[in-house]
Amino acid sequence: MESYFQTKGRIFDIQRYSIHDGDGIRTIVFLKGCVLRCRWCCNPESQEYGIQTMMVQGQPKIIGKDITVAEVMEVVEKDRPYYYRSGGGMTLSGGESLCQPEFARDLLRASKESGINTALESMGCADYTVIESILPYLDQYLLDIKHMNPAKHKEFTGKSNELMLENAAKIASSGQTRLSIRIPVIPTFNDTEAEIEAIAVFARKLGAVERIHLLPYHRLGQDKYEGLGREYLMKDILPPGQEQMHKLLQVAESVSGLHCQIGG
Amino acid sequence: MGLYQYEIKDYPKTERITRLIENLYAKMPEIESARAKLITESYKATEDQPIIIRRARAFEHILKNLPIIIRKDELIVGSTTIAPRGCQTYPEFSYEWLEAEFDTVATRSADPFYISEETKKELKEADSYWKGKTTSELASSYMEPETILAIEHNMFTPGNYFYNGVGHVTVQYDKVLAIGFEGIREEARAELDRCDPGDGNYITKSRFLQAVMISCDAAITYAKRYALLAEQEAASCTDAIRKKELLQIAQNCERVPAKGAQTFYEACQSFWFVQQLLQIESSGHSISPGRFDQYMYPYYERDRKKGVLSGEFAQELIDCIWVKLNDLNKCRDCVSAEGFAGYSLFQNLIAGGQNKDGVDVTNDLSFMTIQASMHVQLPQPSFSVRVWNGTPHEFLIKAAELTRTGVGLPAYYNDEVIIPSLLNRGLSLEDAREYNIIGCVEPQKAGKTEGWHDAAFFNMCRPLELVFSQGNDKGVQVGPFTKPVEEMKEFEEFYDAYKTQMNYMIKLLVNADNAIDVAHADRCPLPFLSCMVDDCMKRGLSVQEGGAVYNFTGPQGFGIANMTDSLYAIKKLVFEEHKATLKEFKEVLALNYGRGLTDEMLQDMTTQIARKLQESGQNLGEKEVAAIMKATAEAAVMPEVREKGDRLLKMIAEVPKYGNDIAEVDSFARDVAYTYTRPLQEYRNPRGGSYQAGLYPVSANVPLGAQTGATPDGRLAGTPIADGVSPSAGKDVNGPTAAANSVARLDHFIASNGTLFNQKFHPSALSGRAGLEKFVALIRSYFDQKGSHMQFNVVSRETLLDAQKNPEKYRHLVVRVAGYSALFTTLSRSLQDDIINRTQQGLDN
Repeated sequence: MESYFQTKGRIFDIQRYSIHDGDGIRTIVFLKGCVLRCRWCCNPESQEYGIQTMMVQGQPKIIGKDITVAEVMEVVEKDRPYYYRSGGGMTLSGGESLCQPEFARDLLRASKESGINTALESMGCADYTVIESILPYLDQYLLDIKHMNPAKHKEFTGKSNELMLENAAKIASSGQTRLSIRIPVIPTFNDTEAEIEAIAVFARKLGAVERIHLLPYHRLGQDKYEGLGREYLMKDILPPGQEQMHKLLQVAESVSGLHCQIGG
Repeated sequence: MGLYQYEIKDYPKTERITRLIENLYAKMPEIESARAKLITESYKATEDQPIIIRRARAFEHILKNLPIIIRKDELIVGSTTIAPRGCQTYPEFSYEWLEAEFDTVATRSADPFYISEETKKELKEADSYWKGKTTSELASSYMEPETILAIEHNMFTPGNYFYNGVGHVTVQYDKVLAIGFEGIREEARAELDRCDPGDGNYITKSRFLQAVMISCDAAITYAKRYALLAEQEAASCTDAIRKKELLQIAQNCERVPAKGAQTFYEACQSFWFVQQLLQIESSGHSISPGRFDQYMYPYYERDRKKGVLSGEFAQELIDCIWVKLNDLNKCRDCVSAEGFAGYSLFQNLIAGGQNKDGVDVTNDLSFMTIQASMHVQLPQPSFSVRVWNGTPHEFLIKAAELTRTGVGLPAYYNDEVIIPSLLNRGLSLEDAREYNIIGCVEPQKAGKTEGWHDAAFFNMCRPLELVFSQGNDKGVQVGPFTKPVEEMKEFEEFYDAYKTQMNYMIKLLVNADNAIDVAHADRCPLPFLSCMVDDCMKRGLSVQEGGAVYNFTGPQGFGIANMTDSLYAIKKLVFEEHKATLKEFKEVLALNYGRGLTDEMLQDMTTQIARKLQESGQNLGEKEVAAIMKATAEAAVMPEVREKGDRLLKMIAEVPKYGNDIAEVDSFARDVAYTYTRPLQEYRNPRGGSYQAGLYPVSANVPLGAQTGATPDGRLAGTPIADGVSPSAGKDVNGPTAAANSVARLDHFIASNGTLFNQKFHPSALSGRAGLEKFVALIRSYFDQKGSHMQFNVVSRETLLDAQKNPEKYRHLVVRVAGYSALFTTLSRSLQDDIINRTQQGLDN
């Protein structure tokens, strides 16, 4: 076995039969650790790199596991018949996978070289050399863009957005991977037409974008905050309604001229 | 590339169909007495005649006199009862159970039927003739005492054919459509002409052929009664449109099924009479229309080419048939009703697949049959589709759209497994390629097979209970006296004891089925059905006597998941990790893990203790027995008992389970399934055919689970047994692909009487075209790995709303929440609301 199969990293989950993140039926590997602290994050257990204990339905659960690429691939391989029939494959998610650059790269490489399609869900929040190192092994980049305003971005996620936007342009012009933009639609943060429009304009200018996904905010991660002993800051925020989502979809479509959809 | 060009058109549902359904479901189904009266009259008048002639004469007498009705708005006519969805009774098979349930049948929980006092009286009068004359009574007298004992102890349940007709057949609808019953009668006549009174088989053959001719005439007479009725109703009808419809009905019934059908409409009517009359001749269910899209196609194609049939009208006629299939009904005894819950007749109708040459024959009608199931949203027909590597993609997408409606249809079947499995059972390649499904999941070749597909439920958990008790059940020795578990040193010893108990019960099961089989041949041969199955006429034998080309008996085993998890837990915890002993398991299982005894367990234990005390010379009154019962119940839930139970349950929970894509466990499951499928296939039935196993429970896993004690997989006494070959509920935690991979590791080829794999989905999994694509890919991938059957339960928004209101009914409902699955009812109200709203939007995380 190639040496990169021995690379170790830290994950907090592997989810098989994922059908809303990338093409076909996919296996998502969730890498632990994130650079951002988005208030609405539905996977708060992904944020810390350190191994944590979270209460899940009344039972303590250890979150985080160190694992080799080979061990991950053993699980990913199990659904090969489904990837073959559906055009699916492996997706890396997080956290921000790029926080573990070698591990992320070697997972993608192992998958790609075994003939399994690869996708990455990421904010692109890393030094571009890191992104460059993974692009040869990446079929599809699902890039999160949350807001065009640096100050507001910083207020809600803990970090400003310049680096990410810069990287988005570089990824688009690399021509090495298919690119989709994913916008989490978060009431009180970015759910106005003007805010979505600004992102859509940016996406259009990137050139190589295949499609835009509008992902409506949901509270389904709420119990996890409690499980981690943290306060959920978005308690009183209701998910956007169907009507509003459709309106935003129209805005995104008309401004970007791209294929836009609600959901993954 | 398939044989036919087809167009995919979603024809609309007409208002007539809505009205027909409303009328059909306007009130509770009712039991009628007409058939019971008529058959009794006929039998009384024919006591001096051979049984096959008596059967034909009875059929004739019934069809000449059974009250007939044309329901409002019907285009296809023929009703077995005056009341919609009513049922007749069949005292020649059994009747005692119904008399015993006269006062409760209308109020029981599963499949209630209204019965009037007048009907009760008439049935009682008719039934009085049948004492000692039924198939069930004869079957009992053919059985060995140990077989009867095993049945009494719920080791297996052959009740279906013990109490009822066999059904479970697909006849040559194509033949009736082509030449009519006049043509078939002529074949019988010609065959009779070739016989010589000096032939060795002349006596039986000639009488059989005469019975066929009487039956054909009876069917024709019945249809002509409808022609006359339609004409009469037309004469008094003031609505010009309906008048025209009635005149057309009259014309149709005048022609078919006497003669070959000339139009698609006539073919529909002819089909219906066959379907209906088979279910008047006998009470057997699962009379399966089979490949409707194939044998109806020539008539459809001809009319379409001629330009005399619109797509819309063709669709409406198909929809009318779908509604009619729900007009037929059957009243079962209260226990069986739970096992087959939902008034189901399992009339399996299948679309798509290959022809005898291996060419795909999906056509317009294949799509229109799916559309019909979407239109009517009713349980009948049990709609199925055939899937193979050459199945058109759009056909599966259309089928997936039907799945998405949440109606639980269609079931998907894999040609790539079923065809080779039938070849292995001796079918020719051409016949195997033309298979269709009977009832739930049982494959066979139409018009050539007497498959006895639903021959019994075999509960694989019961023999394991006998291992712990050395063959003793409720104080009675019902199985072999195997070694005490306390003395077993190796897992193999334990497993061998299980196999010994299994083999013994399988043998008794065969004895039971064969006894019932012979009883049907002796007392209820069916000449009408037999004239549409090869080679009955050439052989001069009814299907019950071995007239069919292919003969099988297919009793179904269930509990694979429970037995895999149980035996694997014992292997690991007792023999590999030495964390527990068999003695400990034995004690804890007997006390239901300290979770309290079921009423049945408590009763048994009290009886046994009382018996022992009495044997030792003590005198026990009612009061003393009650005291024993109270003490036993209390002892069973004492803290130390519960602690012991908890200790084992905790360890068991950590042992890997079937359904999670763990190769070692799944390979073990394959072997466990062999403990049933392999010994069974060595046995022969009285019709000269072999036994073949099915692995599916219909819905009997629930009532039969109620008769089963605690099992070493952590399952508590009285709770349901796992469904089909599916993992135990809640034990598969790695999602649908992992569960499917596990199930695919079983040997589906040897279980040639069918396997059943159920999956549950959230509608979002099928949302949009992309959702349908991924859903179809999932089926394809399971089938690539040689799974045989798959069906889906899509949880709708309505279900989730109902679950919020009635959480106690939905304790097992699993939904997907941000990256994990959770029991819906344990979530907070606001989370539940979010999930419901997302269901509506067709979104998932």
